[in-house]
Order: sequence, then C-alpha cells, then structure tokens
Amino acid sequence: MGMTMSQKILAAHAGLDSVKAGQLIEANLDMVLGNDVTSPVAVNVFEGCGADSVFDKNKIAMVMDHFTPNKDIKSAQHCLQVRNFAGKYEIKNYFDVGEMGIEHALLPEKGLVGPGSLVIGADSHTCTYGALGAFSTGVGSTDMAAGMISGKAWFKVPGAIKFVLTGKPAKWVSGKDIILHIIGKIGVDGALYKSMEFTGDGLQYLSIDDRLCIANMAIEAGAKNGIFPVDDITREYCNGRFQGEPVEYTADEDAEYDEVYTIDLSALRPTVAFPHLPENTKTIDNVGEVKIDQVVIGSCTNGRLSDLRIAAQVLKDKKIAKGVRCIILPGTQQIWLDAMHEGLFDIFVNAGAVVSTPTCGPCLGGHMGILAQGERAVSTTNRNFVGRMGHVDSEVYLASPAVAAASAITGYITDPERV
Amino acid sequence: MDSVKGRVHKYGDNVDTDVIIPARYLNTASHKELAAHCMEDIDKDFVSNVKEGDIMVAEKNFGCGSSREHAPIAIKASGISCVIASTFARIFYRNAINIGLPIMECDEAAHDIKNGDEVEVDFNTGTITNLTTGKSYKAEPFPEFIQNIIAKGGLINYIK
Repeated sequence: MGMTMSQKILAAHAGLDSVKAGQLIEANLDMVLGNDVTSPVAVNVFEGCGADSVFDKNKIAMVMDHFTPNKDIKSAQHCLQVRNFAGKYEIKNYFDVGEMGIEHALLPEKGLVGPGSLVIGADSHTCTYGALGAFSTGVGSTDMAAGMISGKAWFKVPGAIKFVLTGKPAKWVSGKDIILHIIGKIGVDGALYKSMEFTGDGLQYLSIDDRLCIANMAIEAGAKNGIFPVDDITREYCNGRFQGEPVEYTADEDAEYDEVYTIDLSALRPTVAFPHLPENTKTIDNVGEVKIDQVVIGSCTNGRLSDLRIAAQVLKDKKIAKGVRCIILPGTQQIWLDAMHEGLFDIFVNAGAVVSTPTCGPCLGGHMGILAQGERAVSTTNRNFVGRMGHVDSEVYLASPAVAAASAITGYITDPERV
Repeated sequence: MDSVKGRVHKYGDNVDTDVIIPARYLNTASHKELAAHCMEDIDKDFVSNVKEGDIMVAEKNFGCGSSREHAPIAIKASGISCVIASTFARIFYRNAINIGLPIMECDEAAHDIKNGDEVEVDFNTGTITNLTTGKSYKAEPFPEFIQNIIAKGGLINYIK
C-alpha cells in the first residue's frame, strides 16, 4: 500500500521506510513555533521540568503577534517572559515588535519553512505551511515545550481525504472562497484527525497566497494538516527564500484515501460563512440583507499582499459606508512596506479605512477592533465562533478580502461585482 | 486515580476553545484565573455550579478551534475530573493527555447522559456508569503508548 504525501514526510522524519494510518511514531522536527499566548505556558513547562537547554536554537521560532504591541500589563508581562527566555537560550528566530508579523505570514516569508519540512507550532493555524509542501500542524504548549527540549514529537499517522481541484476560478473567487466552500461541504469535523491533500489541474490557477489561505483553514474542518504538492509556483516562491534544503514529496499512485472529492473551481461563487461556525456557508447570491458595523481585512488567513491588493482594487476611489469601521491589518512588516510603496495605503485611508501594525488582534477578540453587543463584522479571518471577536452577542461573517471590501462600501454583505 | 464520580454538566456539538476560555482571558497563564472564566460564554453559571469531581459531557468535536492549552487547563482547574464526548478535536485531545485531564470518547454515553445525571467513570476498564439511570457504557481505551504518557504523569515526564 502506498503512502500519502503527509505520510511520506512523517516516515522520512521518523527514519522509517514506510508508515500507515493509525501508527504511532516519533519524528524529528525542523521547526518548533510559539506565539505570545502559547509560549509563556510552554516556558513554564520547560522551566518547571528543569530543562536547561534547547535542542537547536536555530529551529525554534517565537513570534509576539497576538496581543502586541502589548494591549495591557498582563500581556506585556507575557512578552517579557518570552523575551527573556529567547535571550537566555539565544533563540535565533525570536520576532518582537518592529520585526514581527503574524506568525503564519511571517515564517513562510522569512524562509523558515519550506518543501518537506516537519513543523509543529503552538498555534492551531500552523497547518498553513502545508501550502509549501510541508507537514505542519498545530499543538499545545506542552508539546511545544517538549519539542524545544528534545527536537521530537509523537504523531499518530493520519489518514487522508483527497480534494481534486479542477478548472479555473472566476474573477472574484479566491482561495478563501474555495476553503469556505469545502468546509461548508464536509463540516467543521469533516476531516477530523486527517490530512487534507489538495491536487488537480486547478492548482495551476492558485497562487501561493491562495494556497496558504486554503491550508490555513484546514483546521476549521478538524484536519491535522492540509497539504499541496510542490510545483513551479511553490519553487518560484521558495527559491532564494527557504533557508533549509527543500525536499519534494509526492503521494504514491496507490496511496489510500478515506474519501475523494472533486471540486470544479469554475463553478464556485464568492462564499460567506455565517455565525457561529465556519461550516455555515452561503454563496454571495444567497446571503440576503445583512447589515454590518465593522470590516476586518487581515489575519494569518488573508493578510498577505495579494489580499491587500484585491481590497484596494475594490476600495479605489470609493468611500466606506457611514457607520462602518474598516480595519486593515497587513500581515508582516514587509507586506506593510510593500503595500505602502504600492500606494495601497492612500486608497485605504482615502476610503475611510484604518491601517494597523501587523497583529492577530481583532481575529480572536484580543484588541484593535472588538465588537460591542449586537454588532456584526465581515472579516477575512478564520473563525466565527460565539464571542470570537468580542461580545458574546456579536456576530462574525467570514469572507474573502474582495467581499469584505465590497461590504465596507455598502454597509451590507455585498458581491464585489456590484460595487 | 482509578475512578471518578460526579454530577454532569452537559453540552452539545462543537464546543470550541473560544467558549471554553475566551481569548480576552489569555493574558494570564494562572490556572486559578483561567478556571474563574471557564465556559462563561456558553454557560455563565458553570463556574458557580461546578463542584470538585464533577464530569463534563458533550457531543461531537469537543474542543475545536484554537490550540490554546489554557482550555483543558481551565476545565481541569475548575474541578472537572473527566470529560466525556462523542469525539474530540485533535489538538484538544492531545493537550488534555499532555496536561493530565482525563478524557473519554464514547458516542452512546455522550448522547444518552443528561445534564445533572450522576456518573461514574472507571479508567482501568473504560466503563462509564450513569448512576441516575443505571445504564453502563464501554469507552474505547487509550492506546498503550498514550497510557504510558499518562502513567508517567504527562508528556514532560515521559520524555525526561
């Protein structure tokens, strides 16, 4: 029996010729990641068990992105604790205010993850790097601490679902619409414990940013990881950027999949997930009249340069609707600079939007855009759970940057074709 | 700890880690402070009602969403002795084992057991007994590998 792409990466890092679904293995890690919410707990575990060294100071990344620039004293204490730890153990890839970005935008950009990497991160959206042909998955703080100490983690080898993407998506259909469509189809536990492996001739139309967005939300279907094969689009992105040695794995012809879905990308429409689960999807044609108070464009899902360009394309020479707050968060300092030099900030500010420093902030109801009771937001983020962006009686509608920008102009959830 | 017994706090499908412990409280790692806000966005009375040893029961995909280990920590620190669900989201499942919060996957028990029932869980046999109705259920035991982690008191002791 052949192996899936995910299984091949796990086998290689466990020093095994082959693995099969359900097998428990211990594997060597190429990168261990944490942020300012999860790292303090990991540091407590690390110090609590008496560890006095890390396995490799070059293979740990700590990104202060959730509550930074620090929103309150407690958050500042957390960052101080992590900063001191990173200093003590000379963690090379420690990113603080001024260098940081949203972790899952930052690590690919910096070339810290790439084809064939095995990555764990104490953040559920660590699955993002599957876009580059890596096996990458979210864990908790104890796993992060154990990874920092030993350079290893245990895994239960996942089975997989194959998604064959065919055809070319229409103008306003992006990676976000594709993954929302898929989650709407299989549900928030549709891929529980499994890999989501994407393939098909439609991949040629999906940019790295589209793929990062799709892999990012694999966790919203319950998946252990999402992964794309390495092709010329991946190579072009990683070439001269990835600091490691890329290894290209391909799924065997006879790999076993629990299910196979074929999705015609040309038939998809802009898609919105209604409260309070990412599976509650409707196409833009069926959303009805939903009045909104806030728009958020950014996050590890949709805070990349191409996302900002699309938002700017929609917002150019337009005005944000009265009564709507539009918050735009470039994902990293580099994206911020590039967007500024391209003139995107002029478009945003002239339209009446605000541009923030990179932060996870509003996505998880942390800061920089919290919702009041009864308020509704259209957001390019990844979760719309109860209370996710603020008050327990507020609502989040997940959408693409194009839909979010169009909605900011009208004050209602809107098809970008209509503005 | 061979078995636990307690009163049930029952929830539905897809209980996510944002409602188990909202992000507005993630600026602390104090177990006590986290426990003080456990479940408050779906059950504001949980914190005042929960007693040491109580049991949490929910349906499918318990603990979905964020990887925050603060979620199982908050549940454990609130006094809950075991969580029973039809299925668990995978990161929560892993985190619960790693921090020593006992969890049991049992679809039938998760459907049948009601809020307020008195339930006993035997970890050696995997038997769940609803003392209110008298009905017993058999849960899937942990694989040996995971039993070893729990036996050593969690992941950190296991790798040390």
